[in-house]
Amino acid sequence: MRTYQADEKGYYGEFGGAFIPEMLYPNTEELRQHYVQIMEEASFKKEFHQLLKDYVGRPTPLYFANRLSEKYKTKIYLKREDLCHTGAHKVNNTIGQILMAKKLGKSRIIAETGAGQHGVATATVCALMGMECIVYMGEIDIARQAPNVARMKMLGAEVRPALSGSRTLKDATNEAIRDWINNPVNTHYIIGSVVGPHPYPDMVARFQSVISEEIKWQLMEKEGRENPDYVVACVGGGSNAAGTYYHFLDNKDVGIIAVEAAGKGIHSGESAATSALGQVGIIHGSKTLLMQTQDGQITEPYSISAGLDYPGVGPMHANLYRTGRGEFISITDDEAMTAGLLVSQLEGIIPAIETSHAFAIFDHRKFGPDDVVVINLSGRGDKDLQTYIDYFKL
Amino acid sequence: MNRIKQKLQEDKKLLSIYFTAGYPKLEDTVPVITALEQAGVDMIEIGLPFSDPLADGPTIQESSTVALHNGMSTDVLFKQLKDVRKKVSIPLIIMGYFNPVLQYGVEAFCKKCEEIGIDGIILPDLPIDVYQAEYETIFKDHGLLNIFLITPQTSDARIHQIDQGSNGFIYMVSSASTTGAKTGFGKEQHAYFERIANMDLKNPQIVGFGISNASTFQQATTYAKGAIIGSAFIKSLTEKGPQGIHSFVSSIKKSI
Repeated sequence: MRTYQADEKGYYGEFGGAFIPEMLYPNTEELRQHYVQIMEEASFKKEFHQLLKDYVGRPTPLYFANRLSEKYKTKIYLKREDLCHTGAHKVNNTIGQILMAKKLGKSRIIAETGAGQHGVATATVCALMGMECIVYMGEIDIARQAPNVARMKMLGAEVRPALSGSRTLKDATNEAIRDWINNPVNTHYIIGSVVGPHPYPDMVARFQSVISEEIKWQLMEKEGRENPDYVVACVGGGSNAAGTYYHFLDNKDVGIIAVEAAGKGIHSGESAATSALGQVGIIHGSKTLLMQTQDGQITEPYSISAGLDYPGVGPMHANLYRTGRGEFISITDDEAMTAGLLVSQLEGIIPAIETSHAFAIFDHRKFGPDDVVVINLSGRGDKDLQTYIDYFKL
Repeated sequence: MNRIKQKLQEDKKLLSIYFTAGYPKLEDTVPVITALEQAGVDMIEIGLPFSDPLADGPTIQESSTVALHNGMSTDVLFKQLKDVRKKVSIPLIIMGYFNPVLQYGVEAFCKKCEEIGIDGIILPDLPIDVYQAEYETIFKDHGLLNIFLITPQTSDARIHQIDQGSNGFIYMVSSASTTGAKTGFGKEQHAYFERIANMDLKNPQIVGFGISNASTFQQATTYAKGAIIGSAFIKSLTEKGPQGIHSFVSSIKKSI
């Protein structure tokens, strides 16, 4: 049977692999050799699930969105990752990776962050485990995400500005990788999404797969069936989407919908719709679709949502796009903001702007009255309040 | 015979210089190459700039950013180098990251290199297994040597694998670091240099990263066939421009 999971070399179809300089080989090789075995150890599983339950607050509810369903004449369920500790799904992965780092005997943690959500989730678990934490963040992002910078500092992390290139997420990722090259022995790099060299995309997807694992049994309780007709998630790098799709990837009865940020419009020159605008290339050690010039220089994406403006996309998603297994829809800033306001007022939930993109698909695509559509509500909107205020003149 | 192989047979320690094409000025590429040969350098690595140079420290990042801003691209570089073989005869290597080569087309890139008279290619983020499975025959058909890196953390088994898969020399990264991060060698490096020298590899080794002056050049080449200077040379270019090349190279060569 065809699978949409990674093969043992970390390829999803033609995408993935490990395109890394030799200086990184020992670091990723150590992880590659051990990650599956460690994740399958009973003691690891026990500690991981215990922390997800008692510290993160899992399982997160699967909530039937009554008024939204009425409006769009279909059955819409929301997977409430916004209720996780720290306000988004990101912490599922950082809990997993900090336990992995401990098993590998590492004492120092590095991470990259764009908007600061993954940085906060990493600083949180480092505080929990008493580990040294250094978060690389683009100088420009530091200036526009001050509350998250303060949260990281309060949690005891050191926030180091990435001063190279465009001084945003991709450059913060470059700096974290450079740090890892310079500190190959004692340091573990907690990547925040399903990107980077093998085994990261697969490892992060496995940690996030708790989302679809819960959807299955929760939907059984509510609808008497394990499989929805559609699973929907927003995609930047693609970690919340990978977790939402994971247990449905190879089940063709479940439609996969990926929502990308079109920014000011796909052809506006200010967009982050990687599937529409990207070409095959190498970014951060992975072969995937990425936004670049004809000459192979990586370009800077744009979205109103800081969590979606990554110039690449995880190799799992590049393969879902290329094979047609996933349906890709791009949503503009304006459409996302309008959808965010609508969900706030119909359901009493203010979503993160990333997630608002996923809610905007109902104006693009019709679903049947009996279709069960599960949307991953990946994060809450508190962090985006200033953007909502400025946009709606609240 | 490939110029790199010929050069490696000479009975002397080799000085190789890395610089970023199109830096400090777009049109400096060929003048820098000719000045380096005239100053007595044995081999040149021409850096093809990339927007996201993962393995490089601030000096080469900055020179890459400036070069791209100046308008450097794969096409422009090939145009600049079109007649370079009328002027210089020492081995020329293109060093860069894999993505720009992939966009140009690996076959087209190698063909162009052959036409110009490029002798070798270094792409640190093209791993040996992918190279062997997909690209080795293309490189060989165009007479290009592909140079692989090893580091102090590379296992003996992998060093032997890389040695078997190499044809020319092995690029020996002196320490676990990005380019230009460290200056001077400690006990650890000397032990590493000695370990590799005693491994009896079929390919000679040339040391790179952390070599900045006559003393570090001399230490590295006590064990290895040659050494590569990158960041320190770029710094000199930044401060003194192409006019400073002769005195920079002389200051290193006095140790040979």
